[in-house]
Amino acid sequence: MERFKHIRGVIPLAVLVVLWEVVTRFNLIPGRFFLPPFTFVLQEFFHMTISGLLLNHLLRSLIRVLVGFLAGSALGIIVGIMMGCSKMMDELLNPIISFLYPIPAIGWLPLLMLWIGIGEALPITIIFICSFFPVAYTTATGIKSVDKKLIKAAETLGASPRTVLTTVILPLALPTIFTGLRLEAGMAWRVIIAAEMIAIPTGIGALFMQAESLIRIDIIIVCLVVLAIMSLSFEKVFRYLESKLCRWAGAS
Amino acid sequence: MGGGILTKVELRNISNKYILRDVNLTIDDGQLLVLLGPTGSGKTTLLNVIAGIIDYEGNVLFDGKSVDDKPASKRGVGYVFQDLALFPHLDVASNIAYGMKVQKKPLSEIEKRVDELLKLMKIEHLKNRYPRDLSGGERQRVALARALAISPHILLLDEPLNNLDPLTRRYLRAEIRQMQKQLKVTTIFVTHDVDEAEEIGDKVAVLINGRLRQVGTPGEVFSSPVDDEVADLIGLQNVLICSSSRYIGGGLYEVDCKGTSIVVACEGSTISRIAIPAKEIYLYVDKPVSSKVNVYKGRILEVLSPSSSVVKIRVKVGENILLVELPKDLFDSLGLAVGEEAFVELKLKSIRVYP
Repeated sequence: MERFKHIRGVIPLAVLVVLWEVVTRFNLIPGRFFLPPFTFVLQEFFHMTISGLLLNHLLRSLIRVLVGFLAGSALGIIVGIMMGCSKMMDELLNPIISFLYPIPAIGWLPLLMLWIGIGEALPITIIFICSFFPVAYTTATGIKSVDKKLIKAAETLGASPRTVLTTVILPLALPTIFTGLRLEAGMAWRVIIAAEMIAIPTGIGALFMQAESLIRIDIIIVCLVVLAIMSLSFEKVFRYLESKLCRWAGAS
Repeated sequence: MGGGILTKVELRNISNKYILRDVNLTIDDGQLLVLLGPTGSGKTTLLNVIAGIIDYEGNVLFDGKSVDDKPASKRGVGYVFQDLALFPHLDVASNIAYGMKVQKKPLSEIEKRVDELLKLMKIEHLKNRYPRDLSGGERQRVALARALAISPHILLLDEPLNNLDPLTRRYLRAEIRQMQKQLKVTTIFVTHDVDEAEEIGDKVAVLINGRLRQVGTPGEVFSSPVDDEVADLIGLQNVLICSSSRYIGGGLYEVDCKGTSIVVACEGSTISRIAIPAKEIYLYVDKPVSSKVNVYKGRILEVLSPSSSVVKIRVKVGENILLVELPKDLFDSLGLAVGEEAFVELKLKSIRVYP
């Protein structure tokens, strides 16, 4: 059994797929639900992949997420460090961030559509906003929660304030920062899909909407699965990085 | 191996906002000073002043030079914090190496010194472990090694043996003493444990309510405390002068104190004085049947602070007057009043003996 440990999670999914196939093949679904069999969806998936349609849309969404997320979290981490280390910066920025943080990222869409128009900058800005606030917030929290005794200990051992920051404060805040990053990476995918569905004619979200108007349920399902895979792999990447960088914290 | 740099440390008129009042203290180079005081008396605060991690008024001098303008990072103080403050994200070797690394010492020198310290502290096998995987005693050793690694001017140990089991505690205490003598590093050892202070210190300084009450050798402080509070702190109360002593076998002596004979346990052969902590004297209305030694009939002279949780009673036993401390509820249940007679028992084991 140990040998199959890493594939054990696949079994429930396989059961679900088989059930799906059987139910649809034998027309066991009551009412007017259109659900194509799994094999049809799989066929469409190959078709879309070979034609480059899927990859084209996926790539656009991916680039938007990556650019927006990386820029947003990079700035978020920098601002978070400033807030965590300087009381003055914290008092200055905390009220602003606390006020803007609860606004759902997609809520910025109407305003941004008017300000920057419909183009590549729009989804990237949305993702930037969606990443920046939470990452700044969790970074500041992580830094503030570092035990002051450890900072004092580092000082008595000869560390300058900058060295204390890089060798003690940041490494110890890292697990908290990573938790923020991991959650926001998943959130970025949710937000990009919503933005593309509403306002942008390209990307996975836009593909959703096109499929909906053509009543192509198989394409919608392909998009959903791709979305799940992307969110999941982003989270996995961060979990992996976290386990490598924060081994001391016992991160599994 | 290169230990600390011999440093004489002087504190002049040290005060701070919260607790310390005009503390003056000199610790000679290579000396181990025990800072003794009850909880909340300002012991940790005084260490923080020397380390430069809190604000203070007055002067701190290392070898005659003021370090008041130096930040903590430039003072060269090896500080073992009460809760140790080991870096949880670094393994044992990196914890020890931290100070030398941030001071940009050459890598080969760092490695050599870390190995030396691991060996000195007998923790070579823990080199690659993280603090969370260590026992209390092991953490203690790592914290000491880390503080020593920077070859400090002075080593500050804040109740370093707290939270350890009694056996490890006694063992580590002896080891710290030995190591301190070997490295000749000027050291302040904070504790509220009197036995620890007596055993380990070259010098003892008593701090109560932020003021330094007495400084001297353990012998001086423990045999002649300057006032009642110091005496209370070190458990030196009811000091009785012995005019004669007689060995009665089994490590026991019978001493005569103004006509009252008292049995005491003693390893030496000369006894000039004994002291009995007030907490270790019991009062009975009827003669206790269980114990046979050191039970006397006495008369209650005075009841002090009868409304507080600990009642202090002065009892006359023969020609001696003893101070007794009893919990209030126990005293109330005895129903004793001034002028009445009572039986007094001195617990053999708790009688301190002075040559």
